[in-house]
Amino acid sequence: MMEAQALQLVESLLSFLGLWELLRGFIEPAWHVVWTVLKIFAIILPIMGGVAYYTLAERKVLGFMQVRPGPNRVGYWGLLQPVADGLKLLCKEIIIPTNSNKFLFLAAPVLALTPALAAWAVIPFDDGMILADVNAGLLYLLAMTSLGVYGIIIAGWASNSKYAFLGALRSAAQIVSYELAMGFALVCVLLAAQSMNMGDIVRGQQSEYGLFGWYWIPLFPMLVVYFIAGVAETNRAPFDMAEGESEIVAGFHVEYSGMGFALFFLAEYANMILIAALSSVMFLGGWLNPFQGWPVLGELTAWVPGLVWMLGKMSIFLFLFLWLRATFPRYRYDQLMRLGWKVFIPLTLVWVVVVATWMQTPWWLW
Amino acid sequence: MLENYFPVLLFIGIALVMGVVPLVLGMLVGPHRPDEKKLSPYECGFEAFEDARMKFDVRFYLVAILFILFDLEIAFLFPWAIVLKEIGTFGFVSMMIFLAILVVGFVYEWMKGALEWE
Repeated sequence: MMEAQALQLVESLLSFLGLWELLRGFIEPAWHVVWTVLKIFAIILPIMGGVAYYTLAERKVLGFMQVRPGPNRVGYWGLLQPVADGLKLLCKEIIIPTNSNKFLFLAAPVLALTPALAAWAVIPFDDGMILADVNAGLLYLLAMTSLGVYGIIIAGWASNSKYAFLGALRSAAQIVSYELAMGFALVCVLLAAQSMNMGDIVRGQQSEYGLFGWYWIPLFPMLVVYFIAGVAETNRAPFDMAEGESEIVAGFHVEYSGMGFALFFLAEYANMILIAALSSVMFLGGWLNPFQGWPVLGELTAWVPGLVWMLGKMSIFLFLFLWLRATFPRYRYDQLMRLGWKVFIPLTLVWVVVVATWMQTPWWLW
Repeated sequence: MLENYFPVLLFIGIALVMGVVPLVLGMLVGPHRPDEKKLSPYECGFEAFEDARMKFDVRFYLVAILFILFDLEIAFLFPWAIVLKEIGTFGFVSMMIFLAILVVGFVYEWMKGALEWE
């Protein structure tokens, strides 16, 4: 709908300038591509902005939790801090170590960032507000989030530095371990939704009971496992021994400077926001109104657009990331592997069986 | 059907560009003053005393192998999970048998100590 209207707008603008007849042959065939590119930028640019201000929010929240003001010098209340950080990183020298594998060394940060951004193609922000409404949406997401590990392991190997190498090994083993628990949690969501289409997963949670119709109730242990696995996947505290600055000084990206480092940073934060979006879509009903169908609150909040609910639910998870970082000390590596293999995998396996059995009975209400 | 995936492909392409452009920009804008010390691998200020492509713990390899096994299992579960309501009790029971066999394998590797890190 909007696409056709936008084309008409362009047409009237150009015919006003007397250019439409001249350019028509070029514009009409290419219009679909141009429109898709515009939509892609309408997703990527807010994510980039979100990442920039999420770093500021992180420093502010950590600051307040430790009773200090956080960054407050650049701009009012530190609001220009992310811009200043970006400019500084842009103007720093990109160091390429002599012993490194130069091509892979430069390709690794790009490989880390690309899947973190590309995964957003199938995230629904509101009913119908989705770039590619594909049937294999969840499968595509699983593929994209799994690709992120290549950026890390290639970075560690190509740097040819001991710290980077150890960090990459730790990180890769950690990410693949937690991906299993994540995969089993996704199987539970698929069981409940009976679809891999992201929009259908949200619509499957729609009911007159509002937030009690969402999957977080029957799949509550999976929500917890999925979010914790997400924290481990993105190498965030308390699972950040891939970086472990006190022992392997930042791990896989120790040799990176300037923009190379910035890309890893962007990828990590884009992945965090992605995990928050996915948790909201799969367990907290995405764009759905939590009070839908409720007597008074439901009518009072009916005007709120779905995008607002979606962003609100994402903020809950994003704040949780920061809260975890401020609260917990770093895990030990053997504790991390024990949690992944001996707690999460058995728990998720059992829950797959529980949900499948539950669905065979008439007591499955979702 | 397939044209639904065109935006996805385009998105991957643009995401690649979004990665390459800052890197190129950083190389153009940033200074370029390499010296021998700066380009040597970082080892807390010491001279690097050995190649970094060294032997590493075999457990990482073991984790990778176990990961492939379990990831394949998840790949089997995906299509089953989507159509469970349609295939009914027969599909349910078959997958439970498959999972039971897998649990035996999981218990075995646990008892063998493949999941221990000390």
